[in-house]
Amino acid sequence: MVQQMVEGVNAILTIGWYLCLYRVAVDKLPTIPYPLDMDLENITPKRNVLTVSELTRMVKQLLESNYTDIWISGEVSNYTRASSGHIYFTLKDERAVIRTVLFKGFQKGIRFEIENGLKLIVHGALSVFEKRGEYQIIADFLEPEGLGALQLAFEQLKEKLQKEGLFDESKKRPVPAFPDTVGVVTSETGAAIRDILNVIRRRHSGVRIIIYPTLVQGDEAAQSISKAIKKANDRKEVDVLIVGRGGGSIEDLWPFNEEVVARAMYKSSIPVISAVGHEIDFTIADFVADVRAPTPSAAAEIVVKNKVELIRTFADLHRRLFETMTRSVQTRRELLSRFTIETLQDRLTRLLREKQMVLDDLTKSLTASIITNLTRLRGRFEKLVGQLDVLSPLATLSRGYSIASRMRDGRTVLTTADVRPGEEISTLLLDGRVYSRVQDTEKAGGTPIS
Amino acid sequence: MAEKDNFEEALKRLEEIVHELEKGDIGIEDALKLFEEGTSLSKLCAKKLSTVEKRVEILKKGEKDEEVLELFQKLDEE
Repeated sequence: MVQQMVEGVNAILTIGWYLCLYRVAVDKLPTIPYPLDMDLENITPKRNVLTVSELTRMVKQLLESNYTDIWISGEVSNYTRASSGHIYFTLKDERAVIRTVLFKGFQKGIRFEIENGLKLIVHGALSVFEKRGEYQIIADFLEPEGLGALQLAFEQLKEKLQKEGLFDESKKRPVPAFPDTVGVVTSETGAAIRDILNVIRRRHSGVRIIIYPTLVQGDEAAQSISKAIKKANDRKEVDVLIVGRGGGSIEDLWPFNEEVVARAMYKSSIPVISAVGHEIDFTIADFVADVRAPTPSAAAEIVVKNKVELIRTFADLHRRLFETMTRSVQTRRELLSRFTIETLQDRLTRLLREKQMVLDDLTKSLTASIITNLTRLRGRFEKLVGQLDVLSPLATLSRGYSIASRMRDGRTVLTTADVRPGEEISTLLLDGRVYSRVQDTEKAGGTPIS
Repeated sequence: MAEKDNFEEALKRLEEIVHELEKGDIGIEDALKLFEEGTSLSKLCAKKLSTVEKRVEILKKGEKDEEVLELFQKLDEE
């Protein structure tokens, strides 16, 4: 295409050149007959010298009036975006190149990023930039060749944000277990809010909802959504944020594929649940969100599921509190019923009876053991008495022995040395005493009487 | 959101109390004290649950362009 264009332009330039030459030639055609007094100056073909500007203007007029509505395909190179916001690049194919400019005013409808190597179909008009002697295409529309423009924009942004880490699992926060207050960023008149409120009402969840109204389609929607997310973060009154809208065409859902929305969601300090369109619709917002809900209704389910669980937990605790207390009192009452006065008396009587029996037993065995002891003692006593009898001096006396003792001091006379002649002694006999005086003493062989 | 923390704490304490009472190895005096605490916590939780119930609000611009939360009327339709 580029090549065809360039050939066309070249052809025109060539024609233009020939036209110039032709005009010069026609102007200078000699009239017949030749005057004899030919002026030298007039003979020489007259040169119509154009200024650069004049020629360029001619070329410009020629090109700009003939190429006002062209479609051209080619590959992007030398892409630059000037500080003015205008985009410049070169379109090329194997054999030719053509400069292209996309002014800022025409960029609004273009959602994908233009980048080198991208194959584009461009619509626009040819223009000659006199100052540089260049011609270029002033583009007013362009789309990627092959892939749809939106699809390309989606893939490009997805790749970019993925590289930046906006989709990282590690950055995702869990939805709070017990959200009291749920923020919803969506249209107040849309299907999404209706579905969400239906679910929440059906589940009797006791969740407070705050709607942050926003546009959800059209050019202004992305900004509006990101502002609503920021507002919710500024106000800090909700525990979790549902961001979404009901189903629609890819164009309708497009705001949720915009970078500004993705960044607002990523920056949000409140956990975000995305809820865009139907189950099959995947948007950039779904990748950035902490949790992706397939639909707005599903987002509501996620939010109230926890709340419903919380209420169940509470109800269960409440029931158990009273049950355990009732049971505890019941147990103690049963325990108490075992200790009435009657049962106590009974128990005491039984106890006393038992003790009495033990006492009786003890008494009985005590008596028995005393008797045994006494009998044994008596036997021993009688034996001892017998022994005593044998040892008694009386028994000795009865066998014919007698015991003499000195009168003066009563000492028993054992040896001859105990008495002196003339000493008075008393002799004990079996039935009385004999008093006598010692005539003499005589030691029997020198050995004492035993 | 501070209220919510209280709520969760109350619920947690209530859970502890129920566990303690269910273990059963506790004197009746202590049990009654715990029960009393439990019932007041339970009341608190029930109150919290009922106060947050079913309110749907929408953030709107007020007369002086200030932000105000209004009750969302659409809920009453249908």
